[in-house]
Amino acid sequence: MMEELGWAAIFSRLALQFWPVWLALLAVFALSLHYRRRTGLYGRLFDSPLGMVGFGLVMFWVFTALFADLVLTFDPLGQIAQMKNKVPGTITPDGGVYLLGGDNLGRDVFSRMVMGARRVLAIAPAATVFAFMVGVTLGLPAGYRGGRLDAGLSFIANLVLAFPVILLFYLLVTPEIRTTGLPVALAAVLFLFPVVFFTMLWNSRFFTHPAKRNLYVGVTLVLGLWAWSGLAFNADPLGVWSMEPNMLNVFVSVVFVNAPTVFRIVRGLVMDIKTRDYVAAAQTRGEGPWYIMLWEILPNARGPLIVDFCLRIGYTTILLGTLGFFGLGVSPESPDWGSTINDGRRLLTIAPHPAIVPALALLSLVLGLNLLADALREESLKD
Amino acid sequence: MTDAQTPILEIENLSISFFTRSREIPAVMDFSCKVMPGEAMGLVGESGCGKSTVALGVMRDLGRNGRITGGSIRFKGRDITTMGERELRGLRGREIAMIYQEPMASLNPAMKVGAQLAEVPLIHEKIGKAEAWARARAIIEDVRLPDPDRILQAWPHQLSGGQQQRIVIAMALMSRPSLLILDEPTTALDVTVEAGIVDLVRDLAEKHGTSMLFISHNLGLVMDVCDRLCVMYSGEAVETGDVVEVFSEMRHPYTQALFRSIPLPGADKSARPLVAIPGNFPLPHERPPGCNFGPRCDYFVAGRCDAQEIPMLPAGGAPRHNSRCIRVDEIDWDAPPALAATAEPVPPGEVVIEASDLRKYYETAPGMFGGGTAKIVKANEQIDFSARAGETLAIVGESGCGKSTLAKVLMGLEVASAGTVTLNGDQIQQLPVEKRGPALISSLQMVFQNPFDTLNPSMSIGAQIIRALEIFQIGSSAADRHDRMLKLLDLVKLPREFATRKPRQLSGGQKQRVGIARAFAGEAKVVVADEPVSALDVSVQAAVTDLLMEIQRKNRTTLLFISHDLGIVRYLSDRVLVMYLGHVVEIGTTAEVFSPPFHPYTEALLSAVPVADPRVTRKRIVLQGDIPSAMNPPPGCPFQTRCRWKPLVPGNLCETVVPELRPIAGGHRVKCHLTDAQLATMEPVIEVAAE
Amino acid sequence: MLNFLLRRILTMVATALVLTFVVFWLTNLPPNLEKLAKSEGNARMTDAEVTSWLDRNGHAQPLLKRYGEWLGVAPGWTDERDGVTSGRCIARGTLPEDNPAFCGVLQGYWGQSTVFKAPVSEIIATRLGLTGILMFWVMVLMVPSALLIGILAGMREGSRLDRVLSTASITTTATPEYVSGVILIVVFSSSMVGLKWFKGTATSAMDGITFENFFLPVLTIALYGMGYIARMTRASMSEVMTAQYIRTARLKGASFGRVVVRHALRNALIAPFTVIMLQFPWLLNGVVIVETLFNFKGFGWTLVQAAGNNDIQLLLGCSVVAVVVVLVTQAMSDVGYVLLNPRIRVS
Ligand SMILES: Nc1ncnc2c1ncn2[C@@H]1O[C@H](COP(=O)(O)OP(=O)(O)OP(=O)(O)O)[C@@H](O)[C@H]1O
Ligand code: SF4
Ligand code: SF4
Ligand SMILES: [Mg+2]
Repeated sequence: MMEELGWAAIFSRLALQFWPVWLALLAVFALSLHYRRRTGLYGRLFDSPLGMVGFGLVMFWVFTALFADLVLTFDPLGQIAQMKNKVPGTITPDGGVYLLGGDNLGRDVFSRMVMGARRVLAIAPAATVFAFMVGVTLGLPAGYRGGRLDAGLSFIANLVLAFPVILLFYLLVTPEIRTTGLPVALAAVLFLFPVVFFTMLWNSRFFTHPAKRNLYVGVTLVLGLWAWSGLAFNADPLGVWSMEPNMLNVFVSVVFVNAPTVFRIVRGLVMDIKTRDYVAAAQTRGEGPWYIMLWEILPNARGPLIVDFCLRIGYTTILLGTLGFFGLGVSPESPDWGSTINDGRRLLTIAPHPAIVPALALLSLVLGLNLLADALREESLKD
Repeated sequence: MTDAQTPILEIENLSISFFTRSREIPAVMDFSCKVMPGEAMGLVGESGCGKSTVALGVMRDLGRNGRITGGSIRFKGRDITTMGERELRGLRGREIAMIYQEPMASLNPAMKVGAQLAEVPLIHEKIGKAEAWARARAIIEDVRLPDPDRILQAWPHQLSGGQQQRIVIAMALMSRPSLLILDEPTTALDVTVEAGIVDLVRDLAEKHGTSMLFISHNLGLVMDVCDRLCVMYSGEAVETGDVVEVFSEMRHPYTQALFRSIPLPGADKSARPLVAIPGNFPLPHERPPGCNFGPRCDYFVAGRCDAQEIPMLPAGGAPRHNSRCIRVDEIDWDAPPALAATAEPVPPGEVVIEASDLRKYYETAPGMFGGGTAKIVKANEQIDFSARAGETLAIVGESGCGKSTLAKVLMGLEVASAGTVTLNGDQIQQLPVEKRGPALISSLQMVFQNPFDTLNPSMSIGAQIIRALEIFQIGSSAADRHDRMLKLLDLVKLPREFATRKPRQLSGGQKQRVGIARAFAGEAKVVVADEPVSALDVSVQAAVTDLLMEIQRKNRTTLLFISHDLGIVRYLSDRVLVMYLGHVVEIGTTAEVFSPPFHPYTEALLSAVPVADPRVTRKRIVLQGDIPSAMNPPPGCPFQTRCRWKPLVPGNLCETVVPELRPIAGGHRVKCHLTDAQLATMEPVIEVAAE
Repeated sequence: MLNFLLRRILTMVATALVLTFVVFWLTNLPPNLEKLAKSEGNARMTDAEVTSWLDRNGHAQPLLKRYGEWLGVAPGWTDERDGVTSGRCIARGTLPEDNPAFCGVLQGYWGQSTVFKAPVSEIIATRLGLTGILMFWVMVLMVPSALLIGILAGMREGSRLDRVLSTASITTTATPEYVSGVILIVVFSSSMVGLKWFKGTATSAMDGITFENFFLPVLTIALYGMGYIARMTRASMSEVMTAQYIRTARLKGASFGRVVVRHALRNALIAPFTVIMLQFPWLLNGVVIVETLFNFKGFGWTLVQAAGNNDIQLLLGCSVVAVVVVLVTQAMSDVGYVLLNPRIRVS
């Protein structure tokens, strides 16, 4: 029988272990509370207790992901044979403590959870951003132009939405599919949208100043296409941008299932905003459609979009977890929360901690995002 | 029961505040008024002065963040402010009923009209369902709706706006309340419909002996309906008294200024211009010390007006006439207004824009369930007009008559279905706005109706004006455009600091000025103004209208002024075009259109507009029914369903043949089958008694 | 109305065709077929052997042709070798003449599952039945409680009751099934907590449902959907409560209860109805997770087996069912919205 720590000791050591996170949180809250009257909607978040809780939870995980190397206690992949399925607080043979116990391979559950935060927060927000780029770039013209374009795009969006997500994942995230080049093709299309988006954004605004326009569009194209070649084709000549194939697979699938929903939301918002007089005013002074969509309509749809963005990061996190749960995650060894839950669930009734720890972590992050979104929505509706 | 001496409603020193997170908003302060049995009390004032808050305070329905912070409201001697929830419920609907602005929103969309009506007696009286429905049927007849049995079974959305408002009135009268509160009951309705509703309310109140608290921003309407009047400014009553008395002998500077800023018959843009009230309405939490009206008052005396709270003082000698002005006995109330700068009328130049036989038909796609064929909506039929340089052509008509469609066709947001629009000799009817060059676009610009909606909320004022300059390809460099932008702000009399502000930091009138600056950025030759002032407060309306006139005079712009407000049209337009259901029914100079002979529709329209001047007598012609839908216009003359002159036309000509727009004198043309002799028998609608 | 339904159905058929085609294409990609050949033939086949196996079993034909065969609009393939004619529609050991030329979904032939060694239609029918029971109880638990929570929370926006219920609903929407399932199992059936009220698996529920073996899976699915529906209902309810006609009702002297029940309820339920219907596709997700977690061999479990074992025919069958479920619920939500909303019904 190895030594164990009591729960009180475990919790106090856990709390201590997170010191960089606490410091960072303290700084953020102190600054935000101090300047909250000057920071608009962000500042008003601090008027709502639930909003603060949500923001705090989200920032907790953000900082944990940032400072993961400082917070963790063991190598998340390192196995200690004696520590298999050990309860929280067990002392390792060389004197360390598995604060939250060991998993079925004898790895430290706590360190894996901390590293999992980095995994999740590296993918979920980025995938959501890409989904937004795609959804916005297609949703704007669909809502603004209507007609056949709208009918076609909506049909495609509904097609994707009618696909049961799990089935789609099983079809898209299998290793075999990589050999067909389908993920790369999808990535090539999906990752092009940000480039298109920003090119249109600058061009529509600055075509009256050719010099400025050429600069902005040029920089966008160079940077965008550079990143694009690296991310989608792994063909970046300088080797700065790259994504491992398995990751690309997961990433593309997540963007692909999220984009249609964003599309629908944007389309709905555009249909509403385009009836405003300022849009008519822009039309009567002869503005082009892309200027109207990107500069007159989009900025005024930002409220609901920001709220949805927060919600969607949470949803993407859940989705990534689902992938891990079905063993389709980034890689089998990966400490991402979904995969860890999947690993742990087999022994759930005997040794629950390897599954329950990442489960609670995921729950708290998604809860934080939801509370944040809810508070943002409420605050933006108030006076 | 109450005898004639105890008031039905007595409000004393009422204060109501709303509590928001950041501060307390005192919406009503120290408000007192008294309503006697059978009396109709009018409550007037500009938007945000607290009229609705008073009404809701009487109903004790102020929402979660509203609270009565002082004073008392006594209804038949019982204090409402301290009443329990139960007792209050017994009062609401049975003793006091309320009607408010949006008729459609006031009716439950998922409940049949009959059920909503019958509910009132079912709640308050112990009667059976059958009896309640019978009562509902009877009251529908009372509010003069046709076919009560069908209406009982109808859903609210199956009725027109006017019919809905009648149902709301019926609902309020179901339990014979002794006090009826009406909060802008007709603001959402067309004038000809409004006239009918107002008549109805007055008759029914008289019949049942109901007292009324009638809230409106329309002074003319209050004069039509009410016996007594209470003028509110910034949360306070500033003047109360008998309606005619107050209207003819106003004893508060605000009341006086208000009257001078509304276009009454006799006002003229060149010879007798309106006088706008300077400055802005104070926000409830930023009121000045002493007299609230002080900063905008011409008679302000420092040290007196801002030294203490001003009490209500007796005024004018007549009983129950009070004014909240400390100098009420010193001011010479009959002194004529300091004459605003008058100007020479501008002689019109050559024809700039011309439309001939213009038509715009919309094809409505067969709806979700429209199994049948696509319908054609004739939004504009045979529009003919021309306008000269420096001239103001007003286009009037009620909602749905096709005014805005006409504006869209002119602007190129829609292309015409037939006919021509000629601008400076070029035909532009088939040229959508994308195909128009910068020169054409900048010479034909538009000012929009809703000031809260014409500016992009996320872009600064300066940036929006500069953007217009860029698009019109005006100015050589960024610095030059910035300069021009500042000059445009000067032109519309806005401080230059506004360039960096966001629209939400501006008031409605200021936003409208920015809209005007943007329209004139490219020195527009023709400006289409679609109801540019109808969403603004009266005191601001005058200033914006004058600004528009001034710029027009300076640039010799042709102004196409679209409006439903005949008062303002008479004031500023040179010529008037009256539209009904997509047709031009009458066109002529302002004098010709506003005096007989009229088109029968113009006659009714003119008579429906309330005039806030006791010297004016007005013939009342109340049109029956509502405006037909443009989807389903009547055959023959478009106006034939409501025309009172139709019997004079032989045969069924009116029902079968669309009349010609024929000249009757000079440029005055009328679309009617009546003969010249018959037209000549028409009498004037409005007569101003000699002073 | 007829026109509307007709167009709706046409779109549905088009969607279903496109989707099944995509699934067909994805499952029949060369690497998948190769895997199929190796698992059906033997694992150490050479590339040439794989090619010939595929050729012999009709997998070498053009994609569209194969899709047509599966659908039943193209005649099944036949292959003559050594005097024996085999073919898609030819049962082993029978003569070609005794078999029909077409055999596909339209003829009721869904193929043979390679994992379960049984006709796909049979498997799906039984599994779907089991999932149907699960879904039924989920609905029974979820819908009334979600609506009740939403209405209680929305009728007095900002009240303490609202705060508590809203936070609870947000929490449940933030808890995916694989998290809540794990937590529930740990709390109610692990030796660690020791309550042991319920069973951690639902395998025995396939033979007979008891509260003990079925409550946890049902609760797990219901919880996730419940929060979402409750929040939609709350939003709709609180919006309705600020509507003018609610003020009208209040100022008629109606009591709060009457205002809520007679005036607010019906208007407030229009929006959640659509949401509930659109919830079905998500429930399907939940079903897959929960059936895997609780080892309940229903439709979701079958889908995972089919996908994990490259059982092409079964996977196709499952996707058809899933797609049809999604499309039918979408259509129902549209039609229901129209029926519930008098404003749209007539105009
Ligand atoms: N619920 C509320 N919360 C905060 N402030 C409010 C609320 N309702 C009204 N107010 C404020 O109280 C003041 C009086 O408003 P009220 O609606 O009574 O004006 P009104 O005279 O009826 O205007 P209108 O002619 O536009 O109807 C305004 O400044 C308004 O902004
Ligand atoms: S009290 Fe003074 S400032 Fe106020 S209205 Fe009278 S004169 Fe004007
Ligand atoms: S044509 Fe007949 S119906 Fe039309 S306005 Fe003249 S008199 Fe009336
Ligand atoms: Mg009001």
